[in-house]
Amino acid sequence: MAYLSIENFYKSFGKTEVLKGINLSMQKGEVVSIIGSSGSGKTTLLRCINFLETPDNGVMTLDGELLFNSNAEKKDGDMALRNKRLNFGLVFQSFNLFPQYNVFKNITLAPTLLLKDKIKAYKKQLQEEKLSRKEISSKIATFKEAEKKAIDKDAEELLEKIGLTEKRNSFPCELSGGQCQRVAIARALALKPKILCFDEPTSALDPELTGEVLKVIRALKDEDRTMIIVTHEMGFAKNVSDKIVFMADGVIEEEGAPKDVIENPKSEKLKTFLHGVTNKDGE
Amino acid sequence: MSFSYVTQSLLGGFAFTCLLFGLTLIMSIPLGLIISFCSMSKFKPLSFITKVFVWIIRGVPLMLQIFIVYFLPAKFWGELNRYYYFTYGIQFGHNGAGIGTFIAVVIAFVINYAAYFSEIFRGGIESISAGQYEAGKVLGMTKTQIFFKIVLLQVVKRILAPISNEVITLVKDTALSNTVGIIEIILQAQLFTEKAIWPLFYSGAFYLVFVGVLTLLFGYIEKKLSYFKA
Repeated sequence: MAYLSIENFYKSFGKTEVLKGINLSMQKGEVVSIIGSSGSGKTTLLRCINFLETPDNGVMTLDGELLFNSNAEKKDGDMALRNKRLNFGLVFQSFNLFPQYNVFKNITLAPTLLLKDKIKAYKKQLQEEKLSRKEISSKIATFKEAEKKAIDKDAEELLEKIGLTEKRNSFPCELSGGQCQRVAIARALALKPKILCFDEPTSALDPELTGEVLKVIRALKDEDRTMIIVTHEMGFAKNVSDKIVFMADGVIEEEGAPKDVIENPKSEKLKTFLHGVTNKDGE
Repeated sequence: MSFSYVTQSLLGGFAFTCLLFGLTLIMSIPLGLIISFCSMSKFKPLSFITKVFVWIIRGVPLMLQIFIVYFLPAKFWGELNRYYYFTYGIQFGHNGAGIGTFIAVVIAFVINYAAYFSEIFRGGIESISAGQYEAGKVLGMTKTQIFFKIVLLQVVKRILAPISNEVITLVKDTALSNTVGIIEIILQAQLFTEKAIWPLFYSGAFYLVFVGVLTLLFGYIEKKLSYFKA
């Protein structure tokens, strides 16, 4: 049984059909890279997985739980959608850090906001236990403090992992693109997603800044994190992935082990694509 | 007609100028925000009606709007004026203007300025990149959290310059209230013109100082928000 399984995803924008029946499955701890030319539907697929778009048709399950079914009679409410989204983390091409917060706050903001929900749930639970008001408020205070400490500790560890501990008080406008993207990765990790998704994480970066971001992703791979990476970095995809998926015109044209896909492409489209990519690099 | 006497009278008029300015600002900003949300609504009839409303309010002189709010239910405002005059001795003008007149003027100003503010807010909110909303969404935030925790401050930073324009215009627009008999600073100064012209210039100094303070204040806020780029 696959960890993440996507069946028959279809998505159109107006009359343009972007996804035409995508089937994809991956195991826990696997890294899947999605390659393909622009307009092939890679990003749309990633956005569908992250519930930023709703597929017109399809089913998605994660860890045995049904997350999406286009035939469901009832649509998910805001709350359900939010909880489902939290299974995934997404790192954007353009970072999308929050400019008014420093690095540390960028990482801790979302967990801190979610803590409010947690506290509410905890309070309800305490009230059901019929504790006195005083006991409840003191228990909540202890709980809140412990959780806050945990959030801060997590953030410190993440900062260390991305090698930006000394930038904790800097604002996004004071960072290089590579540093911004590393913070964005830490921000996504702070919510402990089951699967971390990357949407062309290095496409907005200068070549010399690409390396530092790839290094962080590489380190995550070594921790056996489950990741889906949409990328144009062929060398990196080959290196870091357990599986490469080649998309063209809204379908998965070819998929398999990195070596097979990149060194022995079967389909004509993939051959043309790989030829174009390597030529661009001047190899 | 000494300098100190003129100063005192003008200060009395200026108090109404400030009161009208303050009340308009406090009420038109939240109302403007609500109107901007209505005009951005995905529910087409609502956004259409809101846009027509904004068109009318921005398309008709403020003076005419004051006249309409004041003269349409003139009887009602008149009753209010008389009631407060005879019960509490409150009157705002030389020709029977009172609480009712003042309320009518405030209503006209609030609606007018809310319409202008709403368009500034709309522009600011729509200028924030979709990526900011999406980042908030994938981090599990609610729509309210995204607006207040992420978008709002960026919007404030972006719209500060047009807002300061509007606020400065409001300071001077308050003079229009004298068309229905509110004795604000210019009408107060005008009352002296039979004897001397200089109080008119003097009244201008009040505006200059007020606008100067506002300019400094907006400069300060701008500086405070310069620590980030948005």
